[in-house]
Amino acid sequence: MTTSTPTLATGTQQVDERRGTARRVRKRLNTRVATMISIVIALLWTIPTFGLFISSFRPEDQIKTTGWWTFFSDPQFTLDNYQEVLFGRSSSSGQLASYFINSLAITIPSVLFPLAFAALAAYALAWINFRGRDWVYIAIFAMQIVPLQMALVPLLSFFSNGVSLGGVTLMPAWDLDGAQKFAQVWFAHTCFALPFAVFLLHNFISQLPKDLMEAARVDGATHPKIFRTIVLPLITPALAAFGIFQFLWVWNDLLVALIFAGGGDETAPLTVRLAELAGTRGNEWQRLTAGAFVSIVVPLLVFLSLQRYFVRGLLAGSVKG
Amino acid sequence: MAVFARPRQAFAIAGVLGLALSATACGTGGDNDNNSSKAGSAECAPYEKYQGHDGKKVTIYSSIRDIEADRLEQSWEQFSGCTGIEIDHEGSGEFEAQLGVRVDGGNAPDIAFIPQPGLLQRFVDSGKLKPAGAETKAMAEQNYPADWLKYSTVNGQFYGAPLGSNVKSFVWYSPETFREKGWTVPTTWDELITLSDKIAATGIKPWCAGIESGDATGWPATDWIEDVLLRTQGPEVYDQWTTHGIPFNDPKVADALDRAGTILKNEKYVNGGFGGVKSIATTSFQEAGVPITTGKCALHRQASFYANQWPEGTKVAEDGDVFAFYFPAIDPAKGKPVLGGGEFVAAFADRPEVQAVQTYLASGEHANSRAKIGDWVSANNKLDLANVANPIDKLSVQILQDKSSVFRFDGSDLMPAAVGAGTFWKGMVDWVNGKDTASVLQGIESSWPK
Amino acid sequence: MNFDFADESPKLMMLLWGLVAFVAVVGGLLLLLDVVPSWFARRREAQLVAASASGAPPPRRTRPREGLFALFFLLPATLLLLVGLVVPAIRTTLLSFMDGGSQNWVGLANYRWMFADDAIVRVLLNTLVWVLLVPLVATSVGLLYAVMVDRARFEALAKSLIFMPMAISFVGASIIWKFVYAFRGDGQEQIGLLNQIMVSLGGEPRQWLLDSPLNTLLLIVIMVWIQAGFAMVVLSAAIKAIPADIVEAARLDGVSPWQMFWQITLPSIRPALIVVVVTLSIATLKVFDIVRTATNGNYDTSVIANEMYNQAFRYGQNGQGSALAVFLFVLVIPIVIYQIRNLRQQREG
Repeated sequence: MTTSTPTLATGTQQVDERRGTARRVRKRLNTRVATMISIVIALLWTIPTFGLFISSFRPEDQIKTTGWWTFFSDPQFTLDNYQEVLFGRSSSSGQLASYFINSLAITIPSVLFPLAFAALAAYALAWINFRGRDWVYIAIFAMQIVPLQMALVPLLSFFSNGVSLGGVTLMPAWDLDGAQKFAQVWFAHTCFALPFAVFLLHNFISQLPKDLMEAARVDGATHPKIFRTIVLPLITPALAAFGIFQFLWVWNDLLVALIFAGGGDETAPLTVRLAELAGTRGNEWQRLTAGAFVSIVVPLLVFLSLQRYFVRGLLAGSVKG
Repeated sequence: MAVFARPRQAFAIAGVLGLALSATACGTGGDNDNNSSKAGSAECAPYEKYQGHDGKKVTIYSSIRDIEADRLEQSWEQFSGCTGIEIDHEGSGEFEAQLGVRVDGGNAPDIAFIPQPGLLQRFVDSGKLKPAGAETKAMAEQNYPADWLKYSTVNGQFYGAPLGSNVKSFVWYSPETFREKGWTVPTTWDELITLSDKIAATGIKPWCAGIESGDATGWPATDWIEDVLLRTQGPEVYDQWTTHGIPFNDPKVADALDRAGTILKNEKYVNGGFGGVKSIATTSFQEAGVPITTGKCALHRQASFYANQWPEGTKVAEDGDVFAFYFPAIDPAKGKPVLGGGEFVAAFADRPEVQAVQTYLASGEHANSRAKIGDWVSANNKLDLANVANPIDKLSVQILQDKSSVFRFDGSDLMPAAVGAGTFWKGMVDWVNGKDTASVLQGIESSWPK
Repeated sequence: MNFDFADESPKLMMLLWGLVAFVAVVGGLLLLLDVVPSWFARRREAQLVAASASGAPPPRRTRPREGLFALFFLLPATLLLLVGLVVPAIRTTLLSFMDGGSQNWVGLANYRWMFADDAIVRVLLNTLVWVLLVPLVATSVGLLYAVMVDRARFEALAKSLIFMPMAISFVGASIIWKFVYAFRGDGQEQIGLLNQIMVSLGGEPRQWLLDSPLNTLLLIVIMVWIQAGFAMVVLSAAIKAIPADIVEAARLDGVSPWQMFWQITLPSIRPALIVVVVTLSIATLKVFDIVRTATNGNYDTSVIANEMYNQAFRYGQNGQGSALAVFLFVLVIPIVIYQIRNLRQQREG
């Protein structure tokens, strides 16, 4: 696309040289204004994080007494904050490395499960004809508003007491221990993610060209086959988009982890640990700043690596009727 | 039902396999498990009466974290080793909210260290807490004054002994600065005011205060009010106030608030090192006393545990950089009762090993074992002062163990949480920010749960 | 670097089992759906052959098959939603008619309390301000930026900068901004950027989070700062998806960028725009961490979710907390109705 634009533009210019010049000037002006505005926004959006970033390399007493901008006139650089947060072994410092692994173990399945279940559900709601499907969709959509906080107690009781109806045990208590508690966290995150996931994916799946689906049906393809061979490849961008958001949400979640994973270094994710660091030592900025950056790194990498992929995918998916 | 099982079944399978794996991992880990062999040795003699629960596990949930949690876990290491009872402690900054969720969700810990008698009562009312066993009760009655035990006694049932304690009626100052300037430690309220005026005349704002404390913002101010009320009206009125025997906005309370206001809301007196009166609300309680070390402020009313908040290298001692004096009496007839706090060892289970741990934590062995590790105050009368190293802790223990001193628990912890951890805190923030005494108290009174 | 990998191995094994479970469940479901119908299809074919041989009328193709497929496609999601959200929603609604300890029925008392208490009414109003401003501002900024950097030279970098706040947790973001708003007394060196700017412009340092209603706006800034990245990413993807020929045709017609935006871009990305606004509205209604971390609802900044958490979890007032949660459900009804209308239009179109 980028290569075709200039050729077309030159063609036009040859047709009407004067008009073309005027437009070029105007375009350049517009580009300049656009660039200015985007730079201003980018700066506004980056400065707070940048300040934190600079602070994370400053010694403790400096952070507490002077603004981070004084770093440039009086640079005092230290890696102690990171050293302490990442590898300190006393429990008052970080040991973040161990929590980092917990975060990974929690996040990956918590992204995959809702992604798959929501894609299946969204496909059914968009392309399978059955009675009341619009109402099912609306109901699932509306469930987005149920506050997470109110769901914690019933879900915890589901895990720790099981389900029984009229004295008959339908499901025994889970009784998980140690690393197995991850399963509870995955389950909880999957539940809470589904309404938004179904909403987002349904939006994409229902926009797929009708002809495509009907052609496949005429060819005798079953729903599972259409789902696998036609829909899944086309909605990869949407899957990537939701994947990113769910990843960020789970990675940054505190409440669900606190309840279902507990607070020890066996299962608790980074966020729980960071909250502890912030809580007991309210003004230990040096730990907070470094800790925050350790936790940002992974989501940022995920975003950067998926970004290209899902923009390209979206373009492929847009070839519609 | 067959369809129901699908996703869960997978989880269950994963769980079972995970279990098998973690079991093997433990096996290969080379667990140096020589607990049982130690049981007979001399160092285990004090734990004789707790034997018989080898291999049992007790879970504890508390608000104690960080270094404090390390030290606590260290304090019962020997007990664990000798008895074979494994103690699994988890500390959380979200303790108060999370405990309720866990209990309601059927996932209660065996033991919780509950710092608020009001919260303890809530769990008693909902029938979740188990009364302490006879041995625990006997041990507690032997080691703790009745003033303390009444806070964990609900409807005549005893629910657990206190663990750590703190003394809140302290005013921090710099002995060095006092010596240099020729100021003396005040022993009456009038002397305190005279001293404040004297300091203010030198151009220094005498008092510094800060009540910002994350989601608990406001609590340091409630301590102020409680200390003043105890001194102007005496412990009986204080008890009526905390139990809602008199309305929250009783004129006696308003009077105490106004008296505290003559310091806290006095632009001439506060807020040394931070700005004006309004800066109290946004200054974190951890930072609030620090200007004393730089001479920008002279007096800071805060509990004994503030000793841990001073910048590194500050010597906390009577002849050091900072120390604290006892909050003076206002009305000699009412004396100067101790305002304090602490946590109670309450149990949600009554298994024998849980009760054994409860009893042990109430014992003198534990109090001394914990005190030896450092930075610890307890009202336990078996606590040997020689084991308390820190001067301010020593002073606190002396005050708590003094048979003649009258003790009262932090009132905001006694009230229902909606007031004690809600409107009272928020009301204090508004009050410091300029709202008048009457309407603040009226607002809190109307929020008291019916 | 005393970091022990042996400690970590059970976690990694658990992760592995999670992935195995995932493959088993999803793969199994798809396989099941593939195999079973084709088995039925073969049987039907056999029946057809048999029927045509015997001369009897062929059995009619049964309609419920579609419904059965839908059931299996929806099954995992529905079950999880039932356990994770439907049951809690019903429970919350019931609790909202009970007292603080969930022991006795109190009728509408909790709802009366909600509208009678000045502090709570203030909370409701604040929530309204949030839900009006955040989607509007965040979407505008995100859209503006998406249009501006579209095909710019450093597009990927530029987008990452705006997206970065998304990668920070709400709590982390609030801490960052608390740092920006930090206050030090007059005459002292400021450590907060905003006050430093004030001072260098000759003003006096202010306690930004203390004065209502400015403080609510400053908290909203935090939410906008986080969510603009979300809006930008989704909208930018939608802009990229506008067919190139349409854009080219318009350009050939000499359409100005301004007209291009209103006549081509905006209509083309309408579905994405709706997704963004709806998502942001719901996220804003539920906003909790920001208020809790930055002010804990003091100084008249509280919002419904924060108050709900305090009432239900900290004050032990389950009834009042639940009533606030139910009020949240009610607030989302307009959005739900809008969605229904949308869906209708889409089905007709």
